[in-house]
Amino acid sequence: MANDVLTRDDSTISGLDALEIASKQKVTSRVGRLWSATWPKVAAIAIAIFIWQVVVWSGWKPPYSLPPPADVFSDLGRYVTEGAFWHGLATTLRRAAVGFAAAVAIGLAVGLAVARVRILRAAIGSMITALQTMPSIAWFPLAILLFQLSEQAIFFVVVLGAAPSIANGVIYGLDYIPPLLLRAGRNIGARGASLYRYVIVPAALPAIIAGLKQGWAFAWRSLMAGELLVVIATKTSIGAQLTYARELSEAERLMSIMIVILVVGLVVDAAFGAADRAVRRRWGVLDQAGA
Amino acid sequence: MTSVALTGITKVYGRGPSAVLALDGVSLNVAPGEFVCLVGASGCGKSTLLSLVAGLDRPSGGSIAVEGGTTPGLMFQEPALFPWLTVRANVELPLKLAGVPRAERKARVAELLGTVHLGEFGDRQPHELSGGMRQRAALARTLALDTPVLLMDEPFGALDAMTRDILHDELERIWSERRLTVVFVTHNVREAARLSDRIVLLSSRPGRVISETRVDIPRPRRIDSSDVAAIAAKVTEELRREVGRHGQ
Repeated sequence: MANDVLTRDDSTISGLDALEIASKQKVTSRVGRLWSATWPKVAAIAIAIFIWQVVVWSGWKPPYSLPPPADVFSDLGRYVTEGAFWHGLATTLRRAAVGFAAAVAIGLAVGLAVARVRILRAAIGSMITALQTMPSIAWFPLAILLFQLSEQAIFFVVVLGAAPSIANGVIYGLDYIPPLLLRAGRNIGARGASLYRYVIVPAALPAIIAGLKQGWAFAWRSLMAGELLVVIATKTSIGAQLTYARELSEAERLMSIMIVILVVGLVVDAAFGAADRAVRRRWGVLDQAGA
Repeated sequence: MTSVALTGITKVYGRGPSAVLALDGVSLNVAPGEFVCLVGASGCGKSTLLSLVAGLDRPSGGSIAVEGGTTPGLMFQEPALFPWLTVRANVELPLKLAGVPRAERKARVAELLGTVHLGEFGDRQPHELSGGMRQRAALARTLALDTPVLLMDEPFGALDAMTRDILHDELERIWSERRLTVVFVTHNVREAARLSDRIVLLSSRPGRVISETRVDIPRPRRIDSSDVAAIAAKVTEELRREVGRHGQ
């Protein structure tokens, strides 16, 4: 009898497991995935450029204020071979990296503190969201008063623009950890620092990444606003070059620079998007549409 | 000789006039190696009681003593596996937290996964497994704590009948192989009769022990046997009477 029960179990268990697992595997080739992710984007860009061309053809604005796509792209080709471009891009990216890194450090620390300390939450919890809604360009008059037309003024606004989003991501991430996971973690022996390391931080990671992604968008926007306003004569940057292009009425160059700004923003955003998808795939919460 | 000794446990939630008495003087002794099922209708504080025994919450009154002073392993209705870890890493985590060296961890995890028939699935993420498999992985993670006492809070409540039957057999096997003491909460009286040595019936709002039923059916048992059905019928009758008291 006992033997009967055992053999029945083992084969039934593996049979049930096989049946339930089989439907969960789906295989698509790498090339197929890449193509299905790429073509809608390519098509959208093509349509946008076509609409731009149609507007130019309509003669709505003269070519010196709205140049045709072909002229802009040929200028873009020249622009990216110039030393000034690479100089400017280096300055801009360095500012972005330093400002964003500081915003991450401050955002994580403030978010963690506000999420865990009740009195801090009551005091500044809603202020963080208020800060987030403040357009970063509105900070510049104050920044310029405090730091004149300097690197610090730009840094100040980039950090103020990005840190609240990151802090909010952390707060949201910690608030929405399923209590069951915390109970399970405590039961298997995770207490204090190890509870943070092995349960709380990984559980909050998706929301933290979302906060970083949003923080980056704010940092990049603030930086561009800053570089347009705070032009430091001795130092070229993407934003400074955009200002010069406008002052010299170089429409093609102006639009070339805008394309560069857009592309940099998109590339970094795509990196955060990839990290986000990797986490969600691991968790099994990636829906078909998102894949 | 007791493995779990609960003496006059009370638990009050909230304060003042809105305070709710969840448990009212629950006393219960569980012998080493005994399989006890706690049965009751909604609001009897079954889950609260397990949280208290597991040390996740403090009682308002009474005392709790657990064999060897260890924290018992607790399983929930949901597997509560960590979605960011593989099945193997989930089972390994309690060992890591207990400071077990890496080489030993590897062997222990392999043994535990084998025990719950998940040897081939260690590298999967929890979401890639079925409900029953996840619950087995959760059992392996709890067993990794290597505590003599296992607390289970309706662990099979969300599973289909066939999977549940199999897991009953599995749990019974693991319980006897490892000589565990199990306190198992369920609202399914038949499940209680299938698994336990003793069924403890709790009243609702507040929770109190109202009766105990010994289950002396020889093992292995089948959930559809007439012996199990007879015990289940008796306990169901008592449970109905208790629930009916609240309708008056």
